[in-house]
Amino acid sequence: MSSSVASPPQSGGRHQKKQNDKPASLWSDAWYDLRRKPAFVISAILIGVLLLMAIWPTLFSSVDPRACDLSVARQAPSAGHLFGRDNLGCDVYSRTIHAARNSIVIGVLTTVLVAVIGGLLGMVAAFYASMTDTVLSRLTEIFFAIPGILGALLIASTFRDQINSILLVIVSLTVLSWPMTFRIMRAAVITAKNQDFVVAARALGAGPSRLMFRHLLPNALAPVIVVSTINLGVFIAAEAALSFLGVGVQSPDISWGLMISDARDRFLDAPLPLIFPAVFLSITVLAFIMLGDAVRDALDPKLR
Amino acid sequence: MAAEVILEVRDLVKHFPLTTGIVFKKQIGAIKAVDGVSFDLHKGETLGIVGESGCGKSTLAKVLMALERPTSGSVKIKGREIAHARGGELKAMRRNIQMVMQDPYTSLNPRMTVGDIIGEPYDIHTEVAPKGDRRKRVQELLELVGLNPDHINRYPHQFSGGQRQRIGIARGLALQPEIIVCDEPVSALDVSIQAQVINLLEKLQNELGLAYIFIAHDLSVVRHISDRVGVMYLGKMVELGKDVEIYDKPAHPYTQALLSAVPVPDPEGREQRERIILQGDPPSPANPPSGCRFRTRCWKAQEICAEQEPLLQIRPGTAHESACHFAETHDVVHVN
Repeated sequence: MSSSVASPPQSGGRHQKKQNDKPASLWSDAWYDLRRKPAFVISAILIGVLLLMAIWPTLFSSVDPRACDLSVARQAPSAGHLFGRDNLGCDVYSRTIHAARNSIVIGVLTTVLVAVIGGLLGMVAAFYASMTDTVLSRLTEIFFAIPGILGALLIASTFRDQINSILLVIVSLTVLSWPMTFRIMRAAVITAKNQDFVVAARALGAGPSRLMFRHLLPNALAPVIVVSTINLGVFIAAEAALSFLGVGVQSPDISWGLMISDARDRFLDAPLPLIFPAVFLSITVLAFIMLGDAVRDALDPKLR
Repeated sequence: MAAEVILEVRDLVKHFPLTTGIVFKKQIGAIKAVDGVSFDLHKGETLGIVGESGCGKSTLAKVLMALERPTSGSVKIKGREIAHARGGELKAMRRNIQMVMQDPYTSLNPRMTVGDIIGEPYDIHTEVAPKGDRRKRVQELLELVGLNPDHINRYPHQFSGGQRQRIGIARGLALQPEIIVCDEPVSALDVSIQAQVINLLEKLQNELGLAYIFIAHDLSVVRHISDRVGVMYLGKMVELGKDVEIYDKPAHPYTQALLSAVPVPDPEGREQRERIILQGDPPSPANPPSGCRFRTRCWKAQEICAEQEPLLQIRPGTAHESACHFAETHDVVHVN
């Protein structure tokens, strides 16, 4: 098994240690692993392109997504309009490109909000334990009891006239998703809390904020980051589902879910206006979930 | 022993409640981890605490460090009570008592550099060292414990077990405490490294005048470093005396049994020594025996042992304190 046949076996261990004298923290190890994974490289490139699409949609399409002409509705693809035109005569390609921004903004903001809210509450619950933990844990159980998409539907339809539709989607998804992150963070902090270095810091007289942000958080963050990456894809899909059901993003804003919803009535006559946004949606969700999977494998020492 | 008493422990009790129920908890009993321990620690002295697993050694350390609040009793550092101190007062008192932990692999935060780990005491107790001075102080500490001061930016995983334990010792020394509680500081290390760390602790004691509470289950290590030794059994101190008294003239049957189990490296004479084999396991600390706690496993036990609890005091025929109705010195080790 040993690669070095020449070196005497008893000194092998020490030799290897000298050679591997690079700083090998969890993150740098993970990064080393990730760069060599095709799944990570492909998903990272896809996400890079999608982000570019979200930031500068005009880079990909010069056609105005809101310039619609009913007289050319459901026109087949042509040189100027690669994906054809939809029921209202709008350019499908341009709309698909411009929809990326809303989907990604909703995905990213929801992920960040869920990670921050769930993560902070989870850390506080695990750190203070006893009554704080009991109250917060029971609270998350109440939220867990609400079926995901149904709960979001309820929140979104109740407040649809009061708030901006994109904000509403973010809020309703966050409200229903933070308990998952809460539980993961809580479990990770409980594990970290009993380690000797935390006890040592307490013996030095470290206060709660130092213990939490300097000792517990850095050592409990990895699982939350992994779940967040996977969640990002899930949230983009959930946004599409809500928009499809009519309570998500509202016209004149554009989103893939909304485009699918609009195109479904005439699907048999003109399938393309539905298929293109659906393919983009699938690829985006797949890219984020693949990225999350790769990050999880890289950060989990047990899978090495 | 004319030296000043810097740590005074009196009737220290720590019970962990056993509860049932999730929201509405009901106490159904208590683990009596430490149950009435008293001793003094003098300036510059080493007090060894020995005993088998589960006898309350580590709980005692935690209570001394004010990481756990005692159920009753007092811990006084230089006459000031630490057991019930809070907030700023407690923080100030922590400057005088620090600890070295057992496992060098888990006692250092893997995400912090050595400089940050050893410098953390200065971040918490900002009055000890001015900000610009800290890096220099950390490097001095590294040098003091025998590490290269240039390694200040390395991470703990880049060091070996023995080096990590030195980092832990440097962290404990940063605030210049007078008392260091060592909770099995060498039991996770190889024997050759154990000697290095023990010698380092002795060197630091001579240079800085530290007092150690040295908790261990390795009797030979404790004998090597300690001035006085306390033997614990099931939350009680059963014998307390100078190291030579404990090792050569043990009076309590439990100490005698413990000493008879020490491995003897010299094959000659090994066959002649006594082996006292105790029957059974230590009883549960949730439900200790009445009277003397050792009576269930003691070959000397009589009725009085179940009725009356023997106090830790100087008994006839012995020069040090022991807690046994039938204490008599008996040399089990027979070292010349």
